[in-house]
Amino acid sequence: MAEHDEHQDEVLRLQGLRKSYNVGKPTEVEVLHGLDLCLQRSDFAALVGASGSGKSTLLNVIGLLDSPTAGELFLLGEPTREMPEARRTALRGSAIGFVFQFHHLINAFTALENVLMPLMVSSGKPTRAQIDEARGLLREVGLEGFEQRKPDQLSGGQQQRVAVARALVTRPALLLADEPTGNLDSKSAAEVFDLFRTFNREFGCGVLLVTHDARLSAQCDRTITLVDGNIASDEVHR
Amino acid sequence: MWTEWTIATRFLREGRAQSALILVGIAVGVAVIVFITALIAGLQANIIDRTLGTQAHIKIEPAEETNRILPPAPGTTQLVLESKRAQRLRSINNWQQVVDVLDTLPRVTAVSPLISGPAFARRGEALQSVALMGIDAPRYQQIIPVQDDIVAGAFRIGAGDAVIGRQLATDLGMYVGDKLRLDGGQGREAVVNVAGIFELGVRELDARYVYLDMKQAQALLDLPGAATLIDVTVDDIFAAQTIAERITHMTYLDAESWMESNADLMNALRSQSLSTQMISLFVALSVALGIASVLSVSVVQRTREIGILRAMGTARRQMLQVFLVQGALFGLAGSLIGGAIGYGLVWAFNTFGPKLFFIPVNPWLPVAATALATITGIVAAAVPARRAAALDPVEAIRYG
Repeated sequence: MAEHDEHQDEVLRLQGLRKSYNVGKPTEVEVLHGLDLCLQRSDFAALVGASGSGKSTLLNVIGLLDSPTAGELFLLGEPTREMPEARRTALRGSAIGFVFQFHHLINAFTALENVLMPLMVSSGKPTRAQIDEARGLLREVGLEGFEQRKPDQLSGGQQQRVAVARALVTRPALLLADEPTGNLDSKSAAEVFDLFRTFNREFGCGVLLVTHDARLSAQCDRTITLVDGNIASDEVHR
Repeated sequence: MWTEWTIATRFLREGRAQSALILVGIAVGVAVIVFITALIAGLQANIIDRTLGTQAHIKIEPAEETNRILPPAPGTTQLVLESKRAQRLRSINNWQQVVDVLDTLPRVTAVSPLISGPAFARRGEALQSVALMGIDAPRYQQIIPVQDDIVAGAFRIGAGDAVIGRQLATDLGMYVGDKLRLDGGQGREAVVNVAGIFELGVRELDARYVYLDMKQAQALLDLPGAATLIDVTVDDIFAAQTIAERITHMTYLDAESWMESNADLMNALRSQSLSTQMISLFVALSVALGIASVLSVSVVQRTREIGILRAMGTARRQMLQVFLVQGALFGLAGSLIGGAIGYGLVWAFNTFGPKLFFIPVNPWLPVAATALATITGIVAAAVPARRAAALDPVEAIRYG
């Protein structure tokens, strides 16, 4: 019974995952050397490592933005390596939320529309309920009243909070964040980090956070350290 | 499609200055195409109208008389020196029946038998060679409305009345009511009363044509009961050629369409149409390249946003559509503005221009221009749109 529950809770599993660039050329280089990893919905994990250790590559592969060269990646139990492009895109849209270092909002749309964007690209014109949902998320990230502002009318911290709300609007099983606070002052950084915490607890959304910041990774429940394309350590703090 | 449409229109609105510039470019291109097409169409319609104002669409004559040459005896070679036969004036056989048949043909709007031949017009010492036109007035007027071009007297023929052209009247110093002596040769003479003077605007006709009753012309030309020519008009002037061929097949007579008798004119009109089409084509091509280059720049500018949209689950197909919609909108909006400008120019030409001719407004032209421009926009957007769809989201986010 316990094993069954664990399987239900599993978001992501890597099996001997390898990633090479320039495959078949003299410049071929393997960046990830056969990784095994499992993430649960309840996980709040930090992925740390020096520059060039393969963090970003791993994040892109996990986020289905890039595909592994060998091994397998199961997202919600589904093998994804041989998955057709359209299906990968749809799965990416529904199961994964992204937060990037540079908020990456779309300037042509208001804050509220940016939050709704993942729903719009998957199912067209948003419904009343979806709009209410998005407003609720903006409220939760502390941006009530800013719904109709364009991104360039918001501060960096506010933009990043909109990006967090956007990443969560599809109720993803996994939230991937690449240096989400790297570009923010310490107060805003703390606020955004707290949001991740809240959503991890409230929505049961697994969080994988790439960071350089040792203080930030110390606050996570689990720290996965990548050294030269191998998992050097995987520690659970609490 | 709602999402693609929304993203496309927002992108366009955000890059307002860029969108406005290319719209002006497209509008100018479409305006040039609309105006030049309308102008040339108007000019050609005017030329054709003037040409056909004084001639029938189809002229039917008896087949030419040819020499019959005996076939050579088997095993012998024959050398023939043939001189063509002179074509004497002669009647169309059974022309009444032919006219009856032509009257029932579809697409034929008017049929007029006439007898036409040479004669001299004499007044005192003055002598002019003329063309006698023996007509059936009500039928002939359906083909060439001479009654509208009467400058003196009335269009009245028969019972010794004739109608002559203004130039002939001047040459012979005649006026309405004067007597005109006509000489058909070999002592066949008649004196007619000038009932009216016309001016068709073609000097040759105004100097030569003498309209008479058929009977009187038949007597002067010594062809009793004859008609040497049948004039026909049809509902669509550009169908004249096919109808003429049909008539030839049916009657074994020589039916010649106005296009054949005005081959030079047709050739000129065709060359003119061709050059207009070439100009339109090149303008359209530069409009298409303009759209393509603006969208290509836009794809580069929006690389990062395209990457984000792709990361959020936007399919390649959707990304493609976003840019195709932009191309279509450029074409549509540009052609609507350009069509309006084009019509403004046509209106200005008709109102303030040299007034040599009137450009008619074809309601289908803007519709066709709009549809064509929209399709051009989509086609032009194809390359940049494909590039947007093919962008690797990882690269786009990292370097965009």
